[in-house]
Amino acid sequence: MYAPEFDYYRAGSVAEAAELLARHSDSKVLAGGHSLIPILKVRLAAPSALIDIGRIDSLRGISAGSGTIRIGALTTHAELAASADLSANATALSEAAGMIGDPAVRNRGTIGGNVAHADPASDLPAVLTCLGAEFVIEGGSGERRVAASGFFEGLMSTALGEHEILTAIELPAGGAGSGSAYAKFAHPASRYAVIGAAAHLTQSDGECAAASVALGGLVPAPVRAAAVEEALVGRPLTGESIAAASLEAADCLADDEVLGDVYASAEYRKAVAHVWVRTALSAAAARCG
Amino acid sequence: MSASTFGSGIRRREDPRLITGTAKYTDDIVLPGMLHATMLRSPYSHARINGIDTSAAEAAPGVVAVFTHADTEGEIAPAPCAWLLPNSGLSIADYHCIAKDTVRYVGDIVAVVVAETSAEAHDALDLIDVDYDPLDAVVTPKGAAAEGAPQLHAEIEGNQAFHWTVTGGGDIDEAFSNAEVVVKETIVQQRLIPNAMEPRAALASYQSATGELTLWNTTQNPHIVRFLCSLVNGVPEDRLRVIAPEVGGGFGSKIAVYPADFITVFCSKKLGVPVKWAETRSENYQATTHGRDHVQEIELAATKDGRITGLRATVWAGMGAYLSTAAPGIPTILHGLMLSGVYDIPAIHEDVYGLYTNTTPVEAYRGAGRPEATFMVERLVDLLAAELGMDPADVRRKNFIPKFDDGHDVVTGLTYDSGDYDGALAKLLGEAGYDALRSEQAAAREQGRYIGLGLSTYVEICGLGPSQVAGAIGFQGGLWESAILRFHPSGKVNVMIGASPHGQGEETTFAQIVAGELGVSPDDVKVIHGDTENTPMGWGTYGSRTTAVGGAALALAARKIRDKAKIIAAHLLEAAVEDMEYEDGKFFVKGSPDSSKTIQDIALMANVAWNMPEGVEAGLEATSFYDPPNFVFPYGAHLAVVEVDAESGNVDLKRYIAVDDCGPQINPVIVEGQVHGGIVQGIGQAMWEEGVYDEDGQLLTGTMLDYALPRADRLPDIEVHSTVTPSPHHPLGVKGIGEAGTIASTAAVYNAVIDALKPLGVGSVNMPLTPERVWRSIQEAQGRN
Repeated sequence: MYAPEFDYYRAGSVAEAAELLARHSDSKVLAGGHSLIPILKVRLAAPSALIDIGRIDSLRGISAGSGTIRIGALTTHAELAASADLSANATALSEAAGMIGDPAVRNRGTIGGNVAHADPASDLPAVLTCLGAEFVIEGGSGERRVAASGFFEGLMSTALGEHEILTAIELPAGGAGSGSAYAKFAHPASRYAVIGAAAHLTQSDGECAAASVALGGLVPAPVRAAAVEEALVGRPLTGESIAAASLEAADCLADDEVLGDVYASAEYRKAVAHVWVRTALSAAAARCG
Repeated sequence: MSASTFGSGIRRREDPRLITGTAKYTDDIVLPGMLHATMLRSPYSHARINGIDTSAAEAAPGVVAVFTHADTEGEIAPAPCAWLLPNSGLSIADYHCIAKDTVRYVGDIVAVVVAETSAEAHDALDLIDVDYDPLDAVVTPKGAAAEGAPQLHAEIEGNQAFHWTVTGGGDIDEAFSNAEVVVKETIVQQRLIPNAMEPRAALASYQSATGELTLWNTTQNPHIVRFLCSLVNGVPEDRLRVIAPEVGGGFGSKIAVYPADFITVFCSKKLGVPVKWAETRSENYQATTHGRDHVQEIELAATKDGRITGLRATVWAGMGAYLSTAAPGIPTILHGLMLSGVYDIPAIHEDVYGLYTNTTPVEAYRGAGRPEATFMVERLVDLLAAELGMDPADVRRKNFIPKFDDGHDVVTGLTYDSGDYDGALAKLLGEAGYDALRSEQAAAREQGRYIGLGLSTYVEICGLGPSQVAGAIGFQGGLWESAILRFHPSGKVNVMIGASPHGQGEETTFAQIVAGELGVSPDDVKVIHGDTENTPMGWGTYGSRTTAVGGAALALAARKIRDKAKIIAAHLLEAAVEDMEYEDGKFFVKGSPDSSKTIQDIALMANVAWNMPEGVEAGLEATSFYDPPNFVFPYGAHLAVVEVDAESGNVDLKRYIAVDDCGPQINPVIVEGQVHGGIVQGIGQAMWEEGVYDEDGQLLTGTMLDYALPRADRLPDIEVHSTVTPSPHHPLGVKGIGEAGTIASTAAVYNAVIDALKPLGVGSVNMPLTPERVWRSIQEAQGRN
């Protein structure tokens, strides 16, 4: 189908974009367009104006600082997937980015657009929740930071205010003895996650010192699998301990929250989520250097 | 003979324009003063129309006209069904191009908007106010047959479009009452949605001064479009030119002539200007025909030692809300007559009920009836093997029709042309390393891994077909094909054919046929098709018939040329015609090959005609109309190897090995491409594809985000092998290969998955074999649910 009529504005700076957003009450931010344009075409949204931030160069790129990696909101999935910094320090993120859509989608879609859209079947929200990301937000009242745990509020809903723009995402760089991974059960048509599992493990003295596991795809907003994490910490990371801990995956999934569709029911997703948790944990454990 | 002739894998000459994006499709054509049409389609699957208010749309910017059914009364006849299946109680409901007072599927056309731009035409659709009174809907064929089901058409009782029967051989009831073993199953051949790269489009240009109309159309059969359009729109056939420009695939979905085509023609006639309609992909999912949609109850009778004694089936075929152009023949003639498969089965009986449902009309889709038949037979054979504890390969061998090279009758009334089914299976098992795979499977089971092997040994009917048979089975057209072969003075050749390739590669293979017959380079042959103004009458490209029928017409035209050229050469060499010999493009007197005339020499002389034999006409051109004496019956044996993850239900296709026999291969690279594509489409049915309606008749899989097409990264390298058994009745011995892969592969993959699940106690799973379906079947078999 065709998108409904809208006005188009190209912002030259974050300040200008925020100003345009404030001026046009019923407007939407356009970055890579790979979430927004499809919903316009099926007429699930009909904003009066699109504010294009796609040419604000300061929002682009990955920089590794001391202990932190900063990712500009306009960084594309292809750039995430190809980044040596991410591959070394936040493997789950580059791995997940490489699984998004197809090359055309990865070349245009951006991390900021992806997480601001907050599709429950998207890959990056679970990964960023797992890795403890912080979201840098600018708006009329200056800059503020929100942790991943507070950023994703529900189905396609985030902490972003009406006139705010997500400018960057910051991640703690993976420390010594840590590794992360993402495992995905992709929908065969859309390639969105039916189940997405992100795991970040730290190993010390042959034992699991810290574990973070987040699930996406099957719940409205990414959720930490606390029971899995607890089952691992303090134990050696073996095939048996990982398999046993994975079986706790469903514990974080409230029955009435699990999503289902024509392809995969809620009951099924909940019953098999542990398989992908185990896969992600095994890969993360193997990466704990 | 040069290397690049018959039998060599030269590159497709179609590809440079296709892969550089310079090919011109219907929607690429722009005419001066052209307007754009959009169709308002029903959002309800079943509703009465109380009223339509088009005033706001008519007043919208750029809108030139809005038409509803009332405007077209008497000017567009209902869209015709052109396969009048005999002895079946066929009841054809009026398929009004614009719905009259009732809509019967989501996508039924309610009004058409014509505007200056496509965007304006789309925007105006929202301004049409239709007062609908929703009615109860029925979406499944068995549901439509049930007592008390919502009725789609007042005049058609029980929603039954037809009840067709095939009975052959001995008494079927006796076969079952005497059977030592009976196996049975219910199979759902789910609805599939064809996805041609190019959606459908039409551009009509009417010249009121001459009464002539040109229609550019995404079709597999422009001559049929001209024929039907002349009947429906009242444009005389001699004033109607139909052009199929580049057509981006069809898979059967571009056989039908659709309401939107007739409406576009109507708009151009009415307004006196060119009008273009091009569907969106969403519209394509809703309104371009779908495929399959059977529920099959099947059973097989056999002896204890594995010999098949009878096959009985009842099939409920969903036809959609109306009967599309060729629809009634698909689940009947092209299906039921093939139930003997590659086996000697002494008694066969099938009842097929065609039912109207509140869904998109169902038509031919790659394989068209034969995949559904092969699946039934191959499933039953595997069930028999499992019941008797025999290897599926052994049960097949036990029942194969023995090798034959000139005709074998089966009890459904067909005469297969040639085949060596055991030979194909033997080659397959050898290439696959079947015994080693079975050992590997056994070892894997010991470790709790579930590997499965699935065989499908198939034969299919194609090269449609003898026109006398077409008449007898109610097909409202002929099934012959035609070719004109024309030499120019420079020795270059044009070939004009009535068939209409749209991706299959005949521009290349037909040049190879000419090269093989006349010794010219294939580079000197240009094949012209798709335009009724400059091609001879022909019935189109579907049913794997273009090479099998049109290729024969071309070969015979080439042989006529050769005969005439021989007469001219004899004259020029001052020899008797009976002393002339031909070899590789040269004519010479027996014993004197050094003194010869080339086909190019003859072409020049025939065209200038300075020195022609007495009584021989100038020019070097021949026309041939070829009506085949029988169908052709390609066959083969396929093996799928899968591994099922019992924990998640995920199916991993590990290997796929195919042996196909389509007779001599004109271009083995193109054959391999057809085999690849065909296999993948059949795997799509087994693994991923399903058109799903909810109970209200809303299409839940209406976009590519929901409808899962096969993707390269989920498929193994397909291992392609072949055997060569010529058709005894075809001038080149060739058989069709466009659909064979699809006909074979669904059953192979399905059988493999069930084989893998056998230790877990799973007997059957509905397709597509999604992880959840497989997982549930395991849960149920293990008593965990």
